[in-house]
Amino acid sequence: MRNILLAACSAIAMAGPAAAADLTVYTYEAFTADWGPGPVVEKAFEAECGCDIEFVDVTDGVALLNRLKLEGEDTGADIILGLDTNLMADARETGLFAPHGVSLENVDVPGGWSDGTFIPFDYGHFAVVYDTEAVANPPKSLKELMEGGDTPKIVIQDPRTSTPGLGLVLWVKKVYGDDAPQAWKAFSDRVLTVTPGWSEAYNLFVKGEAPMVLSYVTSPAYHMIAEDTDRYQAASFEEGHYMQIEIAGQTVKGKDNPLAARFLSFMTGPGFQDVIPETNWMMPAGKTEKPLADAFSKLVEPSASLTFTPEEVAANRKAWVDEWLSAMSR
Amino acid sequence: MSARATAGEKAGLAALALLGLLAGGAFAGLVLSATRQGGDVAGAFDTWLWSAARFTLWQAALSTLLSVLPAVLVARALFRHRTFPGRGLILGLFALPLAIPGIVAALATLMLYGRAGLLAPVLAPLADGQWPGVFGLSGILLAHVFFNLPLAARMALEALEAVPADRWRLAAQLGMGPAARFRVIEWPALASALPGIAGLVFMLCATSFAVVLTLGGGPSASTLEVAIYQALRFDFDPARAAALTLTQLALTGLLVTGLQSMGAPLTGETNLTLARHGYVPPVSRSQAISGMFVIAMAAAFVGGPLVAMLLSGLQADLPRLLGESAVRQALVTSLALALASALLAVALTLALLRLRLDREKARRRGVSQGWIEWAAGNGASLILLVPPIVIGAGWFILAVEAGQLRLTGIIGPALVTTVNAAMAMPFVMRLLGPAHDMAAARHDRLSANLGLTGWMRLRLIDLPALKGPLAAGFAFAMALSLGDLGVIALFGSEDFRTLPWLLHARMGSYRTDDAAGLALILALSCLALMMIAARAGRVRA
Repeated sequence: MRNILLAACSAIAMAGPAAAADLTVYTYEAFTADWGPGPVVEKAFEAECGCDIEFVDVTDGVALLNRLKLEGEDTGADIILGLDTNLMADARETGLFAPHGVSLENVDVPGGWSDGTFIPFDYGHFAVVYDTEAVANPPKSLKELMEGGDTPKIVIQDPRTSTPGLGLVLWVKKVYGDDAPQAWKAFSDRVLTVTPGWSEAYNLFVKGEAPMVLSYVTSPAYHMIAEDTDRYQAASFEEGHYMQIEIAGQTVKGKDNPLAARFLSFMTGPGFQDVIPETNWMMPAGKTEKPLADAFSKLVEPSASLTFTPEEVAANRKAWVDEWLSAMSR
Repeated sequence: MSARATAGEKAGLAALALLGLLAGGAFAGLVLSATRQGGDVAGAFDTWLWSAARFTLWQAALSTLLSVLPAVLVARALFRHRTFPGRGLILGLFALPLAIPGIVAALATLMLYGRAGLLAPVLAPLADGQWPGVFGLSGILLAHVFFNLPLAARMALEALEAVPADRWRLAAQLGMGPAARFRVIEWPALASALPGIAGLVFMLCATSFAVVLTLGGGPSASTLEVAIYQALRFDFDPARAAALTLTQLALTGLLVTGLQSMGAPLTGETNLTLARHGYVPPVSRSQAISGMFVIAMAAAFVGGPLVAMLLSGLQADLPRLLGESAVRQALVTSLALALASALLAVALTLALLRLRLDREKARRRGVSQGWIEWAAGNGASLILLVPPIVIGAGWFILAVEAGQLRLTGIIGPALVTTVNAAMAMPFVMRLLGPAHDMAAARHDRLSANLGLTGWMRLRLIDLPALKGPLAAGFAFAMALSLGDLGVIALFGSEDFRTLPWLLHARMGSYRTDDAAGLALILALSCLALMMIAARAGRVRA
């Protein structure tokens, strides 16, 4: 009993104010996890700059932006790392980001990149991932997925609470335009259930409860590398795949810290990018030195990278999600 | 009398104030932020919201009915059969569904009843060869009954065990049959406790969120909680979140307090009991058979998904997991947090119970009591209707406004401890309430005569008399806190990683087996707690 009490006190004491680091990066939890890119990136950058960098993490990209909004100009962050293109317009509108002033020569994402405030650190395409032991003929196009009958079933995520869920809404909108509501209606019979986040959906999938799930083109790479199995594969869609680009930027506070720009520049190079594929399970968005593992060459190569501009997403997100909501909740 | 009343009163009022501060602070934070950035409150109240509200109340009502009615049968059976082997284990297992994170429990029920579940081959003939799974209302109800039936049974059992043994003896001497005993002894005890139990179950089901969405089969099955969560994510609109929380409080709170006011006050025994505690009423042969049948059914229903969870947890690399310092650290953090939360929950609950009882007595003497008696009885419950994400966001805003951002590393854990304690209080209250009121009725006069007050009285009279229920309440509070998370989404306390946090993190990064292993570790820790508590609480003959 006494030991537990002691542990309680030490746990609380440890969680106390940290010594001020030279550079503070706000990010999402999956980034700083033991198996995430954070620990490797921290070590590599600290070795290069001879400085101390501190990660502060919140649940996910959306919480990250909310936290920054709440902190406002008094934010403790020099760098915000882990927003995506769908949040970019909202982020810009806060006025809390400063131009990066960093060379973009290393940056490499489909469609190119020229933004003066935000810099990509990885990207990924959404995809329907299926279980080869349960699905013999996966859908070959988004149209076939949406209108091709009520089996095999799929688990998707709720666009009100989840990034991939929102990704599917944008994907369908890109392909169907004004006909999206009819497509959702046809699709709703195929949907086994709609989960609040990616992890619930993916768990239902790997437990065999659903033969297909909305995830990423890169998901099969995890199973090939970490579990040595080809069982889970992504379906390639004729229309192309919707793309999510994850971005970072320096805050108005970070602009006065020379290490912030240095970190952003470092982010586009091999010291950062080499670890992205097999820790964040996304595609690198900058220069790598190591070739990607074999598994990545076996992945689906999208015929087109579909996107809306961040401004289009910001202006229409609510209307499009409402469209989804009323078509799906018959 | 007056000295004791003052000490007890102060503690009770302090407990109420803490609850008020917790919820009020969160609202203040949201409102403060809303005044800065404005918000779209009216936009929240569309037709969709009202259909979500209808669904919320409908599924909660059904879930409550399906949980509480069978729970009464189970509690009666467990009350009568106190010596069969495995009874302690069953009681321990009954605490687990609430202690493991909701989504893990939902996945566990699917491992049994899902399309690919263990029972699918058995169920397939019912559905023309391919079992369609349980998504939809049936899945929601199944999961909610799995969570709440054991909880309700446990609480109803405490109510039955609070009945003084003398009554049973007297009934036996008077030659009462089972029907008469039920009418005269068991029913009054159950009737006073059931509205509170049903109210609690109703609130838990009405605020259920991840489980309802995941098993509901589509967005038409979503609760008000989803709208609140949505308001605090992509839309980040604190004003709307506050308005929606108030709506949830109003709709659900009114129903629940209405229900709870139906609970008849317990009539206490004013004379000292001479009989030993734990008197077992005689059981006829047919009763014994039907009782064991009920217990076996309940154990199978609750145990089934837990066994499925065990099997999937055993597939994980447990030795490696336990060897990881991250896991061990998380386990220690979780246990420490749970211990602190449980201590706080039990202390606050005792204070509130005393306050409510004193006010009730004063009212009977004709002194008007107003809202404090009401708040002491219901305040702890209503906190369940304020979503953790609201409390977390509200307090985070306050911390920012106070310029204490550097302190979030301390505020986060303190908040988690307090919120966990507050969320556990309604459970502790129901486990402890019947025995507390019964004991108070018996000991108040004696204590007054002996001049025992405050701490002395607590130590010499109340704690020994309440040993069993206290241990049960404490263990439940610990178990609940072990499984909880959600308050610190914005705080990001890197040094404050709990076991459920780790579980969710691994689940969210493809590591499904690790997550299953961690769920097993979490469940076993909980079970160990419940068994230790049961042993500690056993009344010595």
